Amino acid sequence: MDLNISLAPDILFSLAGFPVTNTLLWSVVLSVFLMLFFVLIARSAKLIPGRWQNFIELLVDGSYSFVESITGPGEKAKRVFPLVFTMFIFTLVANLAVYIPGQAAITVYNGEGFVPVFRAVMSDYGLVLIMTLISVLVMQIVAIITAGPWKYLGRFINLKNPLAFFLGLMELVGELAKIISLSFRLFGNIFAGEVLGSVILFLAPFFMPLPFQFLGLLSAVVQAFVFSVLTLVFISMASEMPAEEEAKV
Amino acid sequence: MDIEAAKYLAAGLAIGLGALGPGIGEGIAASKALESIGRNPEASGKVAPLMFVAMAITESTAIYALVVALIILFG
Repeated sequence: MDLNISLAPDILFSLAGFPVTNTLLWSVVLSVFLMLFFVLIARSAKLIPGRWQNFIELLVDGSYSFVESITGPGEKAKRVFPLVFTMFIFTLVANLAVYIPGQAAITVYNGEGFVPVFRAVMSDYGLVLIMTLISVLVMQIVAIITAGPWKYLGRFINLKNPLAFFLGLMELVGELAKIISLSFRLFGNIFAGEVLGSVILFLAPFFMPLPFQFLGLLSAVVQAFVFSVLTLVFISMASEMPAEEEAKV
Repeated sequence: MDIEAAKYLAAGLAIGLGALGPGIGEGIAASKALESIGRNPEASGKVAPLMFVAMAITESTAIYALVVALIILFG
């Protein structure tokens, strides 16, 4: 089989020594598009909403009430909503942009060979890792703020007895495993979707890819949802730590 | 066995065995969710998103196996 699959994204051109890959290009294009779109909608907001404003209001309002159902209403939901919703909308648009027809045919010569200009943004592990690191860092910061720095450290380093020390170590491993599990889930699903699509296209080019495309469409939406909801759940768990401890004692 | 053949064998084994557990687990999650929706159809709006989240978490071990297999094959 002569399939052109690589884990690392292809380099399109270098900008003053900085290699610009196809996923980087597309993540910038999609971010600029999203920013312009939302700013334009917000600028032209009217009391009687038009078609687009209606759609955005439905989306934002629905997401906000979902966030409130997990964190509980009030200040907490208001603070965590922008981060989680931005992650959701960016991941969703990046995953769905794969289904714009015809973009796979556009290639460009980078000096060594022809590489596709478009590639699923979330199939670049670097980007997914950065998003995961942001969400894990926010979790730790929230945990430190709610529990206080000493209590936070005490969760991991506990010298009371050997069992507590071991459990603290396990807690530390659990926090590190969050980085791996969150990032590999999103990256693995999207990259596997790409690989599956090209393998099926190679084996049976007509009609057979259709059900797999639907499956990919479903997982594109579900993975965007899952990534942001897990971030939300972890953050709201981190913000409820002290109450949980008191309940145990 | 040369190294290329061993690579293909390892990738096949990794994803094949890695998909066993999550397959069973997701089946259990779906059957329980459908059961509860059948018992209380109004709750489907609340059960379905939670089921998707739980399924995605269950799926993660299969995804690790898949990533390992892909790294063996293409990395």
